[in-house]
Amino acid sequence: MPNESVDINQIAQQEYKYGFYTDIEMETFPKGLNEDIIRMLSEKKGEPQWMTEWRLKAYHSWLKMEEPHWANVYYPPIDYQDIRYYAAPKRRPLKSLDEADPELIKAFEKLGIPLEEQKRLAGVAVDAVFDSVSVATTYKEKLAELGIIFCSISEAIKEYPDLVRKYLGSVVPPTDNFFAALNSAVFSDGSFVYIPKGVRCPMELSTYFRINANETGQFERTLIIADEGSYVSYLEGCTAPIRDENQLHAAVVELIALDNAEIKYSTVQNWYPGDKEGKGGIFNFVTKRGLAKGKHSKISWTQVETGSAITWKYPSVILQGDYSIGEFYSVAVTNNRQQADTGTKMIHIGKHTRSTIVSKGISAGQSNNSYRGLVKITANAEYARNFSQCDSLLIGDKCGAHTFPYLEVNNPTARVEHEATTSKIGEDQIFYLNQRGISKEDAISLIVNGYCKEVFLELPMEFAVEASKLLSISLEGSVG
Amino acid sequence: MLKIKDLVVKVEDKEILKGVNLEVNTGEVHAIMGPNGSGKSTLANVIAGKEGYEIVSGEIWYKDINLLELPPEERAKLGIFLAFQYPVEIPGISNATLLKTAINEIRKARGEEELDAMEFLSLMREKMKLLEMTEEMLSRSVNAGFSGGEKKRNEIFQMLMLEPKLAVLDETDSGLDIDALKIVANGVNLLRQDMSDRAIIVVTHYQRLLNYIIPDFVHVLYNGRIVKSGNKELALELEAKGYDWLKSEDKVTV
Repeated sequence: MPNESVDINQIAQQEYKYGFYTDIEMETFPKGLNEDIIRMLSEKKGEPQWMTEWRLKAYHSWLKMEEPHWANVYYPPIDYQDIRYYAAPKRRPLKSLDEADPELIKAFEKLGIPLEEQKRLAGVAVDAVFDSVSVATTYKEKLAELGIIFCSISEAIKEYPDLVRKYLGSVVPPTDNFFAALNSAVFSDGSFVYIPKGVRCPMELSTYFRINANETGQFERTLIIADEGSYVSYLEGCTAPIRDENQLHAAVVELIALDNAEIKYSTVQNWYPGDKEGKGGIFNFVTKRGLAKGKHSKISWTQVETGSAITWKYPSVILQGDYSIGEFYSVAVTNNRQQADTGTKMIHIGKHTRSTIVSKGISAGQSNNSYRGLVKITANAEYARNFSQCDSLLIGDKCGAHTFPYLEVNNPTARVEHEATTSKIGEDQIFYLNQRGISKEDAISLIVNGYCKEVFLELPMEFAVEASKLLSISLEGSVG
Repeated sequence: MLKIKDLVVKVEDKEILKGVNLEVNTGEVHAIMGPNGSGKSTLANVIAGKEGYEIVSGEIWYKDINLLELPPEERAKLGIFLAFQYPVEIPGISNATLLKTAINEIRKARGEEELDAMEFLSLMREKMKLLEMTEEMLSRSVNAGFSGGEKKRNEIFQMLMLEPKLAVLDETDSGLDIDALKIVANGVNLLRQDMSDRAIIVVTHYQRLLNYIIPDFVHVLYNGRIVKSGNKELALELEAKGYDWLKSEDKVTV
């Protein structure tokens, strides 16, 4: 029907909702990367000598490494000397939100995440990262009463050097991979969490990321330690403004769970995916890994990935402690010309370890969505169990879905199950729902939300609502 | 209520409807019969607004609204309902979710308040009982793993829930055994209890269904045209003679 195609076109032409640029005075370094830049960065941040050396060591490893190209993604070569490795709002440090640049607060408000509102309503402590420097950390005192440390990693390096030195790089060593090495050399800021023995963190800890300065690579570093018998749920969510140049983002997240501890890490990722022709957009090359170190420890990753031009991301769990548990729940959406190669690694080392993988890929437009997962049962991992389920949903006929499951089983007592399905949203399904009074966009949203239900159930309540909205926005105009 | 004028429709360059004229007034039940390939389903789909049909010429008016200008969901909101010949399976969406969304969309369009969960549930229970359906069907995904009979019954259930103004049943009887057929017909007759602002079009290949849903008018669609119209007796005549005798009549009218 002619009318409809007009509507769909209009919707398809809606621009990235969170695309705006905030005019805040920035302090930036010259482009390029060398030892001097790293020293300058370290000095700027007032870091101790050991940290500077740690960075330099990582930088020298990085120099010897090559950018990996095994993922099922394609992009023009990145010129690492054409990137600015530091950008920070000029006025700082801030003791409270009142001292923050009003422009900055406005930017947060545009994103629909006014910090004050968050504090009051949601009971969420927010460590807001605006470009590279933490601007405001809330709820800190309340958490401090319980002995919980929730601060920027820069602050942790200064205030809690023993903890940082013990754990930083213990799960993702600087030599782990090209992007992890780069991050280790130049990470600008990020979050640090420590939950003491036996403490159950009473609120969801949350960080909102935002890439703002032009041509500034963003290198976040997050370190979360759950001591024996503790529990924490951590939320990560982000949006970024429209940019013509591709922006590199190479974060590292390390999680450590000791005996009987549990870490739940949830992500809603909505960075600028580029325009319909694939121009612009974020390159998201992230290393996320958890070490279930203690007995009966548990690490759970839940991610909803809708943004970025390219996603290269495999949140993993090393199941080292006996009876430890690793989980990975993922929804990855690609539309237009987005490319995602994402999945997980579950490395079973301890006895009676269990892992669950539920991956839901949704491809629309001319995008490419790959699931890549490794389940490895080492020789000592008696009675390890894994269940994997990888589903792909195709919208339209120009997109692609790929599944690359790798299995390495070195112990005969292991039990590993893998299920995979591929389905397609057909025009017949859409018409059926249309005929019941449901619009095309709502129809897709209903089908997709039904398909993702298992993963959404793993998200904290308010995040689940946000995620479901995000999916609808991401898939707008995908069926025409 | 519904006025179709000289409707010519092509599918992939092939003319399927070659000038259909049909008028359906409030309170009437019309049966459209015809052999396979005569264009019955095309007509039903074009009324509902399915894509993939090229409207070459002609008009479809619903009350005083030009239907051809509206997307299918807007037509549905006006009260037009199509019971599908082949209801699709939609994994992941439960029957209850589909119905709740559909009912509230339609209510919203009519300026009525949305039904709350309790009202909705009691309404569903009431209608399910009438169709001898079990409640576990509500939590199952739409038509997923349903037998042919269950799918058709589910269509009628949705129809009763949505209480359409103009209901079009596209070969709802096909693939049904006699017991299921009676239940489906019973559902249609329930809708028929109040025809004050309602009309029903029953598209069927066989006369069988019309034993249970007595039509006010019967039309024979043949080779893209309505070649004969009459009352319920026409259906019996078709049952006795088959469709072959119409071929000669068709030539006469051309």
